[in-house]
Amino acid sequence: MSKVNAMLQGTLDWVDARFPLTANWKAHLAEYYAPKNFNFWYFFGSLAMLVLAIQVITGIFLTMHYKPDAALNASGVPVAFASVEYIMRDVPWGWLIRYMHSTGASAFFVVVYLHMFRGLLYGSYRKPRELIWLFGIGIFLCLMGEAFFGYLLPWGQMSFWGAQVIVNLFSAIPLIGNDLSIWLRGDYVVGDATLNRFFAFHVIAMPLVLIGLVGAHIIALHEVGSNNPDGVEIKKKKDANGIPLDGIPFHPYYSVKDIVGVVVFLFVFSIIVFFMPEGGGYFLEYNNFFPADPLVTPPHIAPVWYFTPYYSLLRAVTYPLFGIDAKFWGVVAMGAGTLIFAFLPWLDRSPVKSIRYRGPLTKWLLGIWVVGFFILGFLGTKDPAYKFFGFIPGAPIAQLLSVYYFLFFLTMPVWSSLDRCKPEPDRVTMK
Amino acid sequence: MSCDDTVDCGRRRLLVATAAAGGVAGVAVAVPFVTSMLPSERAKAAGAPVEVDISKLGPGQMMTVEWRGKPVWIINRTKEMLDSMAKIGDQLADPKSDKNMQPEYAKNDTRSIKPEILVAVGICTHLGCSPTEKFKTGAESGIDPNWPGGFICPCHGSTFDLAGRVYKSKPAPDNLEIPPHMYLGDAKLIIGEDKKA
Repeated sequence: MSKVNAMLQGTLDWVDARFPLTANWKAHLAEYYAPKNFNFWYFFGSLAMLVLAIQVITGIFLTMHYKPDAALNASGVPVAFASVEYIMRDVPWGWLIRYMHSTGASAFFVVVYLHMFRGLLYGSYRKPRELIWLFGIGIFLCLMGEAFFGYLLPWGQMSFWGAQVIVNLFSAIPLIGNDLSIWLRGDYVVGDATLNRFFAFHVIAMPLVLIGLVGAHIIALHEVGSNNPDGVEIKKKKDANGIPLDGIPFHPYYSVKDIVGVVVFLFVFSIIVFFMPEGGGYFLEYNNFFPADPLVTPPHIAPVWYFTPYYSLLRAVTYPLFGIDAKFWGVVAMGAGTLIFAFLPWLDRSPVKSIRYRGPLTKWLLGIWVVGFFILGFLGTKDPAYKFFGFIPGAPIAQLLSVYYFLFFLTMPVWSSLDRCKPEPDRVTMK
Repeated sequence: MSCDDTVDCGRRRLLVATAAAGGVAGVAVAVPFVTSMLPSERAKAAGAPVEVDISKLGPGQMMTVEWRGKPVWIINRTKEMLDSMAKIGDQLADPKSDKNMQPEYAKNDTRSIKPEILVAVGICTHLGCSPTEKFKTGAESGIDPNWPGGFICPCHGSTFDLAGRVYKSKPAPDNLEIPPHMYLGDAKLIIGEDKKA
């Protein structure tokens, strides 16, 4: 046995002299000290990595059978649409790979939204973690692009009209808008040129940027160390060896904890993939089972659920301003609604990071904001004329909540510094 | 930066000039890539005019043809439809078609060459969905008890009258586009070409 060990050690030494394998293993896993008080909310970072892996792997196999071609085949069905049907019906296990990919898209947003909410709860974006947060926002935007480009590929009715609406958003920009949207489409209407370039963006351009950003996100995290539910720096209290007193090595402690999270996640994921892949029309919209028809818009069109809060912001603006159409300001509201998260590290002026030590003002305002985000999301899936219980009109409520959405962020420097905070503990607590 | 024993300013200037030239070259190389995403020659050539026979289009009926990948509606409006359109001018954003959304020969009360025949691009001027026809009038339309007939966009609820004129306070900023068109005979239309061209 000792001979085998010696041989393995020899091989490792040989590699280490040429590539910092052991050094990296230690820096990022075995000797990366994470706070010992991580809770439920800390599952979603590793789960996001898992979903990324699922999407990349299933995506590679889907490209082996998918054809980005808008031309009609011999039976009058667009080739792209027919190739997705072919994957579902004729490719061995194709249905499973495709449902994993389509469910993975929604799962990605679920875990990323929860991961971002964790950041809001515990002030994980605060100094010195501003860049981790910004890389994260980059990942979020990339993910939205990835989802949007990917949604065109099945070339169904929702694919087509969704892309038509979103590309036309750019035409609202004064002066350059029309040329910009033609440049994005590569044609005067959404067509074969659009489908081909969206395929290129979806399968190579966006994933490359996404994976690069994920790398930067983790490198920045491992440089400054993880935040924790108490929002106190564990690096302030170290033992004689320079190891944080409240830190435990990521491996094996959190690698094992994260595997539990993975198992639970895969239960839920499998239930959706096998028993409800359409997610009640929220994960795969029913109108997308009809091939794209450039002459007829489906009677009700709405984006997939993860875009609907921003879609509500877009629809909330119905007044022209400074002589520019309401359409342009709607687009501005939608863009600002996603980008405003990036400013959090500088908007939050609270003396403490974690929600545990922040006062009632923060808890109420954040609580209302979260509820508002859900209602905006719900209304975004509905017709603009939707009424709650048949008589409370949704449109003015969406407008009110949109105003609150932005006021929450814009007034944050004031209310976050006014709030009655409790004193932070010196070291992390184990609740 | 001062020039002394450790900094050779001549070489530093050369470095800056080289980097600047490299930057210019880099930007220049981006031009063909960015330009390659514009509509191709084939896409530009695809906008051929379409000939349509409207002899079978009865009063109150509508047909859709494809021109440049877009739906073009042809509607044979009845006398009642034309009368109802004349009464709603105050509810419309641009009742006189002042904005340049139609050829000069369609800049009139009915936005058409022949009063009864409307030819319009069926693409909402908001975000490009195709509005749905709602020719049923009144409460039956599900829109408004006084609805005189027209179109509603399924995406963001813009409404248009039977001449493609947009109602006030709706997301769509402009009336529907009237494409260039002309009559080759009594019942034969050509869309995408007119006498000027």
